[in-house]
Amino acid sequence: MAGTENFNPKQWIEAISSHGHGGHIGFGYHDHGDDWVELALPWRKELVGDESTGILASGPIISMMDNATSLSVWARLGKFRPQVTLDLRVDYMRAAEPNKIVYGRGECYQIKRSIAFVRGIAHHGDLDDPIAHVAGTFINMDVTA
Amino acid sequence: MTTEYSNVEAIARQLPPFAHHMGMRIHGFEDDLPVICYDFNNGVMGRPGFVHGGALSGLLEMAAFSALRVVLANAGRADQMKPVNITIDFMRGGREHTTYALGQVTRLGQRVANVESFAWQMDRRKLIASSRLNFLLRPQSGE
Repeated sequence: MAGTENFNPKQWIEAISSHGHGGHIGFGYHDHGDDWVELALPWRKELVGDESTGILASGPIISMMDNATSLSVWARLGKFRPQVTLDLRVDYMRAAEPNKIVYGRGECYQIKRSIAFVRGIAHHGDLDDPIAHVAGTFINMDVTA
Repeated sequence: MTTEYSNVEAIARQLPPFAHHMGMRIHGFEDDLPVICYDFNNGVMGRPGFVHGGALSGLLEMAAFSALRVVLANAGRADQMKPVNITIDFMRGGREHTTYALGQVTRLGQRVANVESFAWQMDRRKLIASSRLNFLLRPQSGE
């Protein structure tokens, strides 16, 4: 495995993802490994989807999982490669609890020339008690590759 | 035809804090169903010049929720809607234009609703993303 010697998810997220949509939602770096990246999304009232319960909308969680899985491709590659999301599926196991941080772990389990395959889990700190599972694909935009 | 601010329209106009945070607003109605939109801005931007996939997903999901709420209301129901899953397909990059989304309830059952939603920008025929959602429905207690 290439590892992450030429791609530092923490630096990337702090330099890039803190701008634009990621910064607007407010998720940031939490942890990473050779083929996974974990982000953290603090609860904020602006992100609530149901005012009667204070439960987060799932949009912010999808955004975080999109970024976490995207970053996991570069972590596994050990370098940046331009790509866009082809599709993303999210299965909701349970609602995220108000006032708790949601962690989003994205993992890249296979990279082909055109497509990278990813999966991930959103959770409150225990991967065995997931809020959501995701699965998706990214398409390589570097046509010279 | 909606000649006044109807009950169903009032239901369709309810948007949660997250929608306001993203700058979503009701653009108009088609067969009672709200077209929801946001303008391009820093808060929806992913890579420079493009709408973030997650921001698009949030818009598609809001359109689906709103469409389902309206269809339930038209059926005299106010069920609790619990999303089971969502699948989003990204067809084209969203550029620096207003993005619109509309939901469509494919089937409304007693326990499950199947909903689709579509997003576009300047040309309605050129979808930039679509989604399919399955909802679990639960009648509101006390009714």
